[in-house]
Amino acid sequence: MSDTSESTDAAEADPAAVDAEEVRHVAELARVRLEDDEVDEFAEQFAEILDYFEALDEVPETEREEELVNVMRADEVELGLTQAEALSNAEETEDGFFVGPKVS
Amino acid sequence: MATDFNCFVTKESIEGDGETDGPLAGTTVAVKDNISTAGIRTTCGSEMLADYVPPYSATVVDRLTEAGATIVGKTNMDEFGMGTTTETSAFGPTRNPVDPERVPGGSSGGSAAAVAAGEADVALGSDTGGSVRCPAAFCGVVGIKPTYGLVSRYGLVAYANSLEQIGPIAGTVEEAAAALDVIAGPDPNDGTTRDLADVGGADPNASYAAAADGDVDGLRIGVPTELFEGADERVVETVEAALADLETQGAETTEISLPSVEHAVQAYYVIAMAEASSNLARFDGVRYGNRAESDGNWNESFAETREEGFGAEVKRRILLGTYALSAGYHDKYYQKAQDARGRTLKRPSWTWT
Repeated sequence: MSDTSESTDAAEADPAAVDAEEVRHVAELARVRLEDDEVDEFAEQFAEILDYFEALDEVPETEREEELVNVMRADEVELGLTQAEALSNAEETEDGFFVGPKVS
Repeated sequence: MATDFNCFVTKESIEGDGETDGPLAGTTVAVKDNISTAGIRTTCGSEMLADYVPPYSATVVDRLTEAGATIVGKTNMDEFGMGTTTETSAFGPTRNPVDPERVPGGSSGGSAAAVAAGEADVALGSDTGGSVRCPAAFCGVVGIKPTYGLVSRYGLVAYANSLEQIGPIAGTVEEAAAALDVIAGPDPNDGTTRDLADVGGADPNASYAAAADGDVDGLRIGVPTELFEGADERVVETVEAALADLETQGAETTEISLPSVEHAVQAYYVIAMAEASSNLARFDGVRYGNRAESDGNWNESFAETREEGFGAEVKRRILLGTYALSAGYHDKYYQKAQDARGRTLKRPSWTWT
């Protein structure tokens, strides 16, 4: 989820204070539609779960010495999916393309 | 079969290589329904993928059939692996063959139940935070979560990439070890797999099946004290009885301390949900998966597709993962969880007490 620009900077607030509006906001960021009763249910559950995560506050900042290396292979041409295979699970296609919803 | 425990979402076979006298010749294997099988639908226990038919098979599936095993079906699971009971599947719950009134554990509940009910000799599950080990324990069979990087994840529908591994479930340690021998090993299609020849101290020709010879004489077994705290009395008794058995056969047991478990569950949940929120964003109804009838723009169409396609537990984890990664909360939750993980890797993971 990369769309975080519109998020609130509310880390200082009471962690258990998750209201319906906040759940709606996150659902919008994630592009998941919720029913009204789901929103209320999630708000209640999130408060409980986030409260449980509070224990992570005790963890000191840790320098992570990850010795990561890129895993590369020679750039050789290999067979991939055929166009028909790639399109075979799409709900709607046209002239060899995926058909998506309208942009606006 | 006398009773239907709802072990399988789809009962279709892939015949093993009949020419081979490979280590799994004649063995039947049930495969969790988040592991891709070419031409056989792979649903992840979700309405979203109810009609999804992969055009290719996971590396582990090819390795099994090349070793002579026959795939007998795709097993039921908690939706996208999110659960510990196999009740969140869109295809109904699986029952525990030991006691059909009880859950089989999860999320690989169909796999463990299939082995326990004798519907397959061996099964594959996937384990992110216990999803092989929990159902194996609930159903009275053997399950192994391999060390990360030992088994290829190519073709496993991703939930939390940095944690999950495919692992075997079987009736005995020997059978589970033999299946692990077949599925383990480097794969050019999964850059996180390791070649044991490149791992210091590892035996590149290790055979898990040969190691499972039942000889524990002289073996020193560490017993992590933290894991007994808060455990059910009956579980504690069962584990202690097993330790006594091992001692009778010549093993030595010693209490050890595993300090990293202190924040492990919280860190696991935050990391798994964060990765899930990113991974499951691929389900938008365009390239694969079910799409909602929607007159809206792409934002609305995606949101309605996910409303219809995902169950409550999946939505909950996507939203919590999105929350834990969002501006203002990233440092508080995701960063701290990664710190906890980093500390686990840095500190000695256990000490003799």
